Formats: sequence, structure tokens, C-alpha cells
Amino acid sequence: MISAGLMNTLQVTVLVLVAAGATVVVRTRSRIRQVLALSVYGMLLAILFLVFQAPDVTLSELTVGAIALPIILLLAIAKVRKREQ
Amino acid sequence: MGIVPFLVVAWIIVAGLYGIVTSRDLIHTIVCLIVVQSSTYVLLLGVGYVTGGAAPYFWDIPVGTRAVDPVVQALALTDVVVEAAVTALLLAFAVQAQKRFGTLDPSQLAEFKG
Amino acid sequence: MTARQRLWFFAIAAAGLVACLLWAFTGLPGFGNYPGPYGQEILRQAVAQTHATGVVSAINFEYRGFDTVGEEFILFTAAAGMSVVLRRLRKERQTEPVDEAKTRTIPATSSAVRIAALLLVGPTAVLGWWLASHAQTSPSGGFQGGVILASAFILIYLAGEFLTFRRLSPVALLDAVEAAGAGGFVAIGLAAIAMNLPFLDNYLPLGQYPGAISSSGTIALISFFVGIEVAAAFTAIIGELLEQTLLRSA
Repeated sequence: MISAGLMNTLQVTVLVLVAAGATVVVRTRSRIRQVLALSVYGMLLAILFLVFQAPDVTLSELTVGAIALPIILLLAIAKVRKREQ
Repeated sequence: MGIVPFLVVAWIIVAGLYGIVTSRDLIHTIVCLIVVQSSTYVLLLGVGYVTGGAAPYFWDIPVGTRAVDPVVQALALTDVVVEAAVTALLLAFAVQAQKRFGTLDPSQLAEFKG
Repeated sequence: MTARQRLWFFAIAAAGLVACLLWAFTGLPGFGNYPGPYGQEILRQAVAQTHATGVVSAINFEYRGFDTVGEEFILFTAAAGMSVVLRRLRKERQTEPVDEAKTRTIPATSSAVRIAALLLVGPTAVLGWWLASHAQTSPSGGFQGGVILASAFILIYLAGEFLTFRRLSPVALLDAVEAAGAGGFVAIGLAAIAMNLPFLDNYLPLGQYPGAISSSGTIALISFFVGIEVAAAFTAIIGELLEQTLLRSA
């Protein structure tokens, strides 16, 4: 089993990464880059949920936040971009 | 360690709101809304965590083992799916708005009526 | 109001928000000291009562099954709402989808991508089905399995076969499957009422071995319906957005 101190360090590290990831997503202005940043943020969140002992939520966040949402966003961006030309 | 996850939650909320306020593009606003919504997942799971607890699945561990709270995990699960549904609908609105008004800039969209 | 003024307003409001949040968070029992009686009680009773070793799925589909019904209908409404919102405007006309269009400016899908995507469709569908049918044993469930099933269909589109994607998932079929999923869930609950039990009570045989595939009564059945509903809803949502790329403005 993992000792309490190691688990603590792991959790704090991933929490800091998640905070940094949120900042990066918000500050990215280009559309497609933001979708990629969102995908990475979703994976960071999934790791956070795993470290918080919640594997079911991890699976949901991975499938929805890192796969389904970027696909939907990219399709909408493609449609919008086509009209802008 | 007692309050670190909640500080991160507050940071994510403020960062997302900052993105929404300074956005010049509807799609960017929608993605920042996703970020704000993700702060609630961290909050829910942070509230239910038990130090030294295992995941609440008793297939290979005996039933009495210390486990984290399963109710907030069920709530967070529902939350994730609802976020996807709401985002899809918001994007449909954005696409249709761009079709009708030709722009996705919130400051210009505000001038149109009806 | 200029952008700078807006930013100042936001800074003041955000400071107030952060103050309130910190005041609330310091009133919480602290990370890791969860005291709540509800969660601990469910952990004690869940496996014995429902013969499901996955306590989170047991909560989702049994103890708080009513919330899950609401969530199903949120997805259902979102998919339906998208078809309403993305209706064809008067000045648009629908073009016929043509794979390998002569006038396309982007390069055609490379063979490597096509082969990889097509090879992955089968395993992805099996994985999705496996996840959806194991809700009561391990971390999985209707939602996750459903989304992965939907992504198996999307892989077909990504392989460059939009026409096959449309043929395999026509809108009428998707709507029917979605309705069957949502309706099936409610029907299970109503059948409980017909037997003079509370709505969504667990009336099917619980099975003797906790965590087996056929155990936990209605939980496994509900998970199946939720899985097909979620798969159909996500495929419908993505199909709607894909149709949009075929519309041309006259």
C-alpha cells in the first residue's frame, strides 16, 4: 500500500498541475489550440480523480472530457470556420 | 493539506470566470464555461475523501474496509454527463448564431435584437 | 464600458467571490476528514442489500435511481434540442454528401489513418459493450460504455467513410434507440409500481454471488438501457453537427 505521505505529495502535485492546466486553457486564444489544451486538461482531471480513489468518475471524465467534448467542439469550429471564409 | 484542494477549486472558478469576462469569441466562452464546471467535480470529490480510504469497490477487498464516500462520486458522474449535454446544446446555439448574424464576437452580438 | 473598466469590475467582484468561497471552505471539516453518516451507512449496507460490488453504480441505479432518470432525460433533451436548433434556415440548401469530392482542398484521408480507424472499430465496440454490462462489479457502467460505443461509430467517420457512417446510423434509427433506452428505464420503474412496490424498486432476483454478471437485479438491466441511450444520444449529437457541414448557403 502507498504510505500516507506519498499519497499526499501525489495529490498535491496533481492538484497544482490541474490549476496550471485550467490557467492554460483559459489563456489560449486560438480555437483549435484551446481544444487540444482542453483535451490535456481532461486527462489531468482524470488522473486527479484516480488519485482521489474515484475510478468510475475517471472513466467518465476520460470518455467525455477528453474524447467526446473535443470532437463536438472541433465539429462546431469546422462549421463556423467554413462560414467565415 | 486540509484546505489545498479547496484553494484549487477557488482558483479554477476565478480563472474560468476571467476567461468568460475577457472573451472575444463565443467558442472560447463555451470552453471557459467547461472549465468552471470542472471545478465542481474537484469540490465534490474533495469533500468526500477519507484519508487512507480505498475506492468503494468490494470485488477484491473485504466489505468492511475503509473507503471514500461513494455518494459524491455518483453525483460527480452525473455532473460530467450533464456537462457534455449542456456544451453540445450551447455549441448548437453558437453555430446557429453565426449563421444568422455572421459574427461570434459577444460585443457585436449584443447589439442585435430579436 | 471599455474592456479595462470591465476588467476592474471583474477584479472587485472576483475578490468578493473568493472571500466568500474561502469563508465557506474553512467551515468544511477539512480534506480527508469526511464525517458524513450517509456515505458510511451505504458502504455498510450496499453489498448485502443489492449484491452489487460496485457501490457507485448501485447508488446511481438503485439508491438514487430517480436522479439518473432525470439525467437520462437531460441527454435526451439535448439531442432533441440540437436537431431543433440546427434547423435549416430559409436561405440554405442541402447538398448531397459525396465521399472523395473532386473539389476538396484538404488532402484525402491517408491509408494509414483509414486502416487504423477501421481496425479499431470492432475492439472499441466490444470494449464499450463490456463496460456497459459490468456496472455492478467494477468501475464501469452504462454511461462510460455508451460513450465508448458512440465513439466506435465516430471512428467510421474518421476513417473517411461519412456515407457508411450515415448508413449505419440513420437519424430515424438513432432516435428510436434513444427513445427505447430512456423509455425502457422508466418502464422498469413503472413495472415496479405495477407490482405495488415503490417506483424503481429492485424486484428482479438478486443472484447469489455478489458481483456476478447476472446479479443485482434491476441494476444490470438499467445499466444496459442507459448504455444504449447514451450511445444513441452522442451519435445523434455528432451526426447533427456533421450534417451541418453539408449545408451550403444559397
